[in-house]
This record gives sequence, C-alpha cells and structure tokens, in this order.
Amino acid sequence: MADKKATSKKPILFFLNKESEPLLSKKNRALLTDPLDDNNPITVQVLGICSALAITVQLKPALVMSLSVVAVMGASNVIISLLRNLIPNRIRIIVQLVVVASMVILVDQILRAYAYDVSKQLSIFIGLIITNCIVMGRLEAFALGNGVWKSFLDGIGNAAGYGFILIIVAFFRELFGSGKLFGLQIIPESFYEMGYENNGLMLLSPMALITVGIFIWIQRARNRKLIEKN
Amino acid sequence: MEAYLNLFVKSIFIENMIFAYFLGMCSYLAVSKTVKTAVGLGFAVIFVLAITVPINFLLDTYLLRPGALQWLDPSYTEIDLSFLSFIMFIAVIASMVQLVEMIVEKFAPALYGALGIFLPLIAVNCAILGGSLFMQQKDFSGVTESAVYGLGSGVGWLMAILAIAAIREKIIYSNVPAPLRGLGITFIITGLMALGFMSFMGIKL
Repeated sequence: MADKKATSKKPILFFLNKESEPLLSKKNRALLTDPLDDNNPITVQVLGICSALAITVQLKPALVMSLSVVAVMGASNVIISLLRNLIPNRIRIIVQLVVVASMVILVDQILRAYAYDVSKQLSIFIGLIITNCIVMGRLEAFALGNGVWKSFLDGIGNAAGYGFILIIVAFFRELFGSGKLFGLQIIPESFYEMGYENNGLMLLSPMALITVGIFIWIQRARNRKLIEKN
Repeated sequence: MEAYLNLFVKSIFIENMIFAYFLGMCSYLAVSKTVKTAVGLGFAVIFVLAITVPINFLLDTYLLRPGALQWLDPSYTEIDLSFLSFIMFIAVIASMVQLVEMIVEKFAPALYGALGIFLPLIAVNCAILGGSLFMQQKDFSGVTESAVYGLGSGVGWLMAILAIAAIREKIIYSNVPAPLRGLGITFIITGLMALGFMSFMGIKL
C-alpha cells in the first residue's frame, strides 16, 4: 500500500487527468471517434450546417475551413473548460462568444497572412465560425461540464466529424461539377472527346443541400438506429 | 426611394439568406417542425436583423473601417481597426439580443413564453452575423440603406422558414422512405426550393 501512495503523486499538469486515467483510454477515444459516425455533428446533431453547404464547391476551401474549425474548437473548448467554474451562468453566452470570436480573429489573420487567395474565397464564412452552432453547441453541452483534456478531445472529434462531411461533399461536387480535385484535372481529356460533360448543376448551391440529403440517406440506411420516427 | 425598394426586393428574393447563402440553417432546420413556432422565430429574426445591421453599420463607418477615426483627429487617418470587426459585431448582436429579450419579457410576456429558448439562441444564428458581415462587404452609403437591407434579409428568412414549416407539417402524411424521414427529406426539399429561388437571379434591379 505504501508503494501505491508513493507512486500516485500529483501529475505535473494538474488539469490533464485527475484520476491518472490513460490519456487515450477507451472512453476518451470514444469522444474522438463517436462524432465521425454515430453522433456526427452535421448529419445527426444538425449543427453547423450553414458553412458546411456554402463552401463545398471545391476541395481546397473545404479543407482549409475544416482545419480552421478544428483549431478554433480545440482552443475554445480548452479555454472555456478552464474557466468553467468562474463563468456566471447568466452571462455565459457572451463569455463564450468573446472567447470564440478571439480565436476566430486569430485564425482569420493567419489565413490572410499565409493563404490569402483561400481566405478571399471563404469570404465571410471564416467570420461565421463564431456563430457556427457546432462550436457553441459543444461549449454549452460539453466543455462547461467536463475537464480540460476531455473537452479538448471532444472539440477535436466534433470538428473532425464536421470536416469529414465537408470534404466528402466537396469531393463529389468538385469531381462531378468541374472534373477536378484540388484544382487538378482528374477526368481525362479523352472522356470529354467521347461526349462526357461536366455537370454544371453540381456547382450551384442547391446541389450542396441535395448531396448532404443523399449522404444522410445512405448513412441512415446503413445505421438503422439513427432513423427518425416521422 | 426606388433604390431602397430595389434593395428590399433584392435582399428578400435574389439574395435570400437561406436559399442563396444557407445562413441560419441550424435554427431553420431545428425550429421548422410547426408553423406557429417558425413564425415566432421568424419575427424575432427580422427584429434583431433590422436593429443590428444599422448599428453595426455606424460602428463600421465611425470606428472600424480604415481611416474611420478621422472624425476624431486628422492624425488618426492611418489607423485600421477592421480586424476587430468580428468581436465588435458579435458583442453588439449579443447585447441587442439580451436587450430585446428583456423588453419582450417586460411588455409581451405571452410572446416571451411562446418564443422561449429561441430568443437567446438568435445571438448565435448565423443569419444575424452574416447580415452584418455582408453589410460590411457591400459598402452601403447610409444608415437607411443598411436598415432596409437588414429588414429585407429578415423578411426573406421568415418567408423561407414559413414555407418549409408548412411543407413539413404536411409531409408527415406521405410515405417517405424510412432512412430519409425527418432531416434527410428536409434537406432535399430545401435544395429543390433553392433551385426554384435561383430563377430570381435573372431579375436585374
């Protein structure tokens, strides 16, 4: 017994894991992987649709957007989780918005400095990460009541689930809409000579909605427990 | 006067917040199960948009834009505070929503009860912040113009959520494939409605 007491000294980073749980225990891993399918933020929790649809015409902006959301969600979940016992309940929304807005300003400035053309393409949608329901929803539902490491994993996991859908939708829209991926021609010239045409409809905004609708259909047909009652 | 009317019609139909830019989709999908709640939320959105867009316009013109601080002192022409616009806009929106909530609670308790949780949630409705950010991109010439734009966007949003709520109330009676029920079919219907709204793009105003 004496041995045990000696080894269970306080971890250096006290907030990382209080019960000296392994960093990637089964429960923590579930926090990361659940949002990819069973609890996907877009197709199951219905959060963060706005930006998911508007910037999926091409793969590159979709990828940049997903990475930005991962960064913002990871950072803001950690900050709110650290502050969770200090924030008065009545003004928590404003506090959350301020934290998220500062993170988004950082991301926006970095993108403007290092990837100006993508930043121009994303126009107002980087700013709209602030009001992206995923960020606020996970802050409200998870980071306000859980430890720092768990919140960090939850943030990264949900942002990854969001990015996953974004990239799938963008993949199909860019491939069928303009025959390219990341701006490189994929569908060979000979196809066009045989009479293949790019489907211009895929580039229009309504097709984003319909693509996501079809994706939900496929997902729910495979995963029957997600089906809604009516 | 005619210019304002054009802008109004344009922001309702051609640049519809939902069908052209997908802003405010989250609450659009979550609150469109019945017509009654949809209308309540729609009016709250109109109200908040019509107030916050002109306020943010003033903020942008006299504080944030490059050279906006010139009215204080000619030596401030060089200052560019536009990187602060996200945080300023969202602060204005959050506080206006809080204010609207208090006013509604005080003077119309019945409406307050009906709107319930939706009112605070408007602060994180993308359509509201989107309205302000589009306003910043569009370089309006005056407060009235931005107010008309805010009002028009709100009306367009109300129209969209009203239409989908009415369709969803009726679609319960039809035989939708099981995996498509609920969310899936709503996405596809919205897509078809957006296709219809694209026909307004040809109108030159």
